[in-house]
Formats: sequence, C-alpha cells, structure tokens
Amino acid sequence: MINLLKRIVGIGWMLLAPIALCLLIKTSISEVAAKPSLDVKLQWGVFIVVFGLIGISMVIFGFFAYKGEYDRPPEQTQEP
Amino acid sequence: MPTHTDQQTIRRVIWASSLGTLIEWYDFYIFGSLATVIAGQFFPKTDPTAALLATLATFAAGFIVRPFGALVFGRLGDLVGRKHTFLLTLVIMGGSTFAIGLVPNYASIGFAAPMIVLVLRLVQGLALGGEYGGAATYVAEHAPPGRRGFYTAWIQTTASLGLFVSLGVILLTRHSLDSDPVASIAKFNDWGWRIPFLASSALVLVSVYIRLQMKESPLFAKLKLEGTTSANPLKESFGNKQNLKMVLLALFGATMGQGVVWYTGQFYAQSFLENVCQLDFDQSRTILIWAILFATPFFVVFGAWSDKVGRKWIMLGGMLLAVLTYRPMFGAMESATALPDSWPMAIGSTSQEELQQLTNGDQLRKRTDGFDFANGMHVVGLTTDTLFKDQPDLRSKFTTSITKSVPSGTYWWLVFIVFIMILYVTMVYGPIAAFLVELFPTKIRYTSMSLPYHIGNGIFGGSTPFIATLLASLYPGDALVGLWYPLGVAALCLVTGALFLSNRNTNSVNN
Repeated sequence: MINLLKRIVGIGWMLLAPIALCLLIKTSISEVAAKPSLDVKLQWGVFIVVFGLIGISMVIFGFFAYKGEYDRPPEQTQEP
Repeated sequence: MPTHTDQQTIRRVIWASSLGTLIEWYDFYIFGSLATVIAGQFFPKTDPTAALLATLATFAAGFIVRPFGALVFGRLGDLVGRKHTFLLTLVIMGGSTFAIGLVPNYASIGFAAPMIVLVLRLVQGLALGGEYGGAATYVAEHAPPGRRGFYTAWIQTTASLGLFVSLGVILLTRHSLDSDPVASIAKFNDWGWRIPFLASSALVLVSVYIRLQMKESPLFAKLKLEGTTSANPLKESFGNKQNLKMVLLALFGATMGQGVVWYTGQFYAQSFLENVCQLDFDQSRTILIWAILFATPFFVVFGAWSDKVGRKWIMLGGMLLAVLTYRPMFGAMESATALPDSWPMAIGSTSQEELQQLTNGDQLRKRTDGFDFANGMHVVGLTTDTLFKDQPDLRSKFTTSITKSVPSGTYWWLVFIVFIMILYVTMVYGPIAAFLVELFPTKIRYTSMSLPYHIGNGIFGGSTPFIATLLASLYPGDALVGLWYPLGVAALCLVTGALFLSNRNTNSVNN
C-alpha cells in the first residue's frame, strides 16, 4: 500500500514540475511586460533557469519514485 | 560513553565550529537586515519600491549562489579535508563583509557602487554555501554514536543566533551614535550602517585563530591515510544513481520544507511585522530578538530528542504544525496591530513640520503627526511633499507612511506568537544536520549533504520574502496571501517525507 502511494506521489512530482514551470514562465512574462526594464528581465531569467533545473530534478525524483526505486530506501547510500 | 578527554575534545570541536558558523551567518544576515538602508545607499532613489526590490533581488542572488558554493567547497572539503575548507570559507566571508563596509555609496562613485556590492554579496553567498556542510560534517564525525543529534544541534543554533547577533548589533549601533535619538538614526543611515560590517573582521580573526588550533576530522584523516578519499566527489555524489536518489530525497523530503518553515518563521515574520503590520523599526526587530532568545535552546532539545526517537517525525511534526498554524498566527499578528476602530479619533495628538532645503532650491516638507490611542497604541504619520522654488503655488504629490508602536501587552503577545513560530523552526532544523550527515558516506559527505541543504534553504527558503512580496502585490486585498508559497512547499515536503524517509537514527557515520 505504501509503495503504491509512493508511486502515485512520484507521478504527482513528475506532473508538478511542468505545471510549476508553466506558472513561473506565465508570471514572468506578465511581470516583464508590466515593467520591461533590464533588471526585471534579468531577475526573472535567473528564476526561470534556477527553478528550471529544480524542475528537472523534480521529474527525476518522481521518475525514481514511480519506478519503485524508493520502495526500500537504503539507510545510507553505500548499501546496495 | 566518551572519556573525559573525549568530552573536552568534542566541546572544543563544537565551540570552534559553532563560533565560526555563527559569524558567517551574522555576516550574511546584516546585509539582509539592513536592506532598506543599503537600498538608499547603493541603488538609485528614483523609486523606493524599486530600490527595495533591487536589494531583495540582490538578497535572492546571494542565496542563489549558495548552492554553487556548496558544490565548490563541498568538493574541496571531500578532497583536501574539512578543516582547511571551512577555514577558507570563513576567511572569504569575513573579507567580503569587511569590504562591503568600505564601498563608497552610489552618490560618490555612481553605478560602480551597486556593482561592487553585488559582487561582494555573491562572494558572501559562495562562502556560506561551503561553511555549513563543513561545520556539520566536522562535528558529526567527532560525535559519539547515539549523540550525533545533540552535538550537531549546536551548529543548528548558529543560524538563528547569527540573526540574533546581527539584529542586536544593528539596534545597538543605531542608538549609540548620538545622544539625540533622531540624530543617531540619521547618522546610522548615513554612515553608521558600515559599523556592523566592519566589526565582523574582529570576530572573524578570533574565529580563524580558534579553528587553526583544531585537527582534521578523524574519519576524514583515516580515509586520507588509507588513500580511499574520493577522486571526484561531484561525479560520485551526483553521477552515482544510489547517491543521487538520496540527494533528491533529502531535498524534496526534508530540506525544502525545512527551508521555507525557517525563513517564514524568522525572516518573513519580521518583514510582515514591519511592512504589513507597519510596526516601527525597533519593535519589529526586538520582537524577533526576544523570540529567538527564548526559542534557541529548543534546537538542542529537539536535536537530543532525535537521538532517542529518530529524526523524521520531529522534523515532519514541525512542518505539519507550521502548515496548520502559520496562517492563523500571521492573522493574529495582523489583528493585534490593526488600528483601533476609533481611528482617526485619537485621545491625543501632536504635529510637527520641518522644511529641508534641497540643492536645486526647492524645499522638502516633512510633516509628522503623532496619535495616541486609548489602547496604548502610538501611531506616527509622515507626510512628505516638495515646495517648488519657481512655482510657489505648485506642490508635488505628497507621500504618506505610518508606523505604529504597540503597548507592552500587545508587544509580548507578538513575541509569544513569533516564539511559537521559531519553536517549529527548531523542530525542523534541530535534527536536520544529523539526518543529512547520516545519509551519506564520509568520502563524499561534504559535497552530498551541502547541495540539498543549500537548495532547500537558499533557493526554496531564500526566495520566500521575494515570492511572498510578489504575491502580495498581485493580490493586494489579502495581507496573508504571501504565505501560500511557503505553506504549499512545506505541505508537499511533508507528504513526501512522511512516505519516503526512514526514521532510523542509528546509522554509523564511520566507513
């Protein structure tokens, strides 16, 4: 049961990443349109790059969870 | 049980590590605590909001480079050792903080001033990224089994104590530059703000000296002796699937939620008191100072408790309480500081007007109105406009701002609310160093634990003030709207942590 929940949560993480990124890009477009100065563009550019990388990590985490990689998480990484 | 000598050694280890880490946090926080003053000094004053946002962006930039610092210094720490690496981060942090205190302002050197400050701020972030992982690893690798939560919790106190010291030094400096309080504040805003930055150098020198006396971590020294240190810590940390899984789990199941709970309970609480509740500068800061003072011992309490019952449920319990109660608590702070119904019918009032000559011949008019209310609240309204020299009948649009001072009862009620918030912070943050240290093997521990910690705290936590301010500007009708970001992130992390984390606390950190 727990492992099934983990896989469902994994799918949730994989879906959340693109949704969050779309929301971020949409907000950044409207914010830049409202104040099209260089500092605003730079600021939102940094946010999109950084959260874009985190979004990729969210998909990887979700994929691992969905594939059952965390069904029995090792206590420490050295365990097989 | 450790012998007497062991106890002495571990005490020295904790003292050397904690003092340096505390100073690094202090260095990092004085910039954030002085955001408004720094905005006035280094960013064009055409629009105060833009200037404030520019500083907040700088603040966020400082946080965003933290993960890079974690990679750079984490790698170094796993290659050459913990002691020399966290000694280096301390020197870099101290040097950049001292330099910020020396940079001429925008009025003196123009655009170079904010550029230099931005670069120094980035260097600060880089150094901070390397410090924490080194200190936590160093202490944990000295700690006896079964006591790792207790010993590393001392490192955990330093982030809050660093904030405490920074606020204390700022308030002390602000009020000690002149016998007249108004003149003292004016001097502080003009040049006195540099003192907390410059003062850092003395603290750093003491800490460097203490750290120089310390030996390398015994576990790392053993690896070095055996020749089994990692050849490429970055590749082993993030290129190895087993380890990458744990890095991602640490981030999405623990540090992400911990970061937002931490920043909301301390930074956003103070920002909320100052900007939304419009409490005056001193009260908004002393409330936080008292709350930190009362709550700090609980870092050690929860750290030690996690040695007995496990790390997981204490950390997740703190997240759960934050998710459930942060919004009502912020609402209570807003209600407690709301203007009385009788506004603007005050029981007493004072009014004062002053004209300030500008260089172009115009005059800046400042009108200060003070109102006393029956409930003990004192409200000061400041109205500013410009009288033009050539057109005496024409005046600029006036701007108004108000600040409130609350009576003693309300003040301590606010201290209590913030104390409870920081109590949650101690639950999520107290055991997390031990949790992270136990997740990774010695040869790549510094690198592996530093990155999720600084992404969770630096990016998710550090962006809380910015995103909360953004949400508040998008939805101005709801003063609490900014909380949805940290509450959403904490709830997500809570669910993930509850399902995926193990609660064991008996892992060996020996290899």
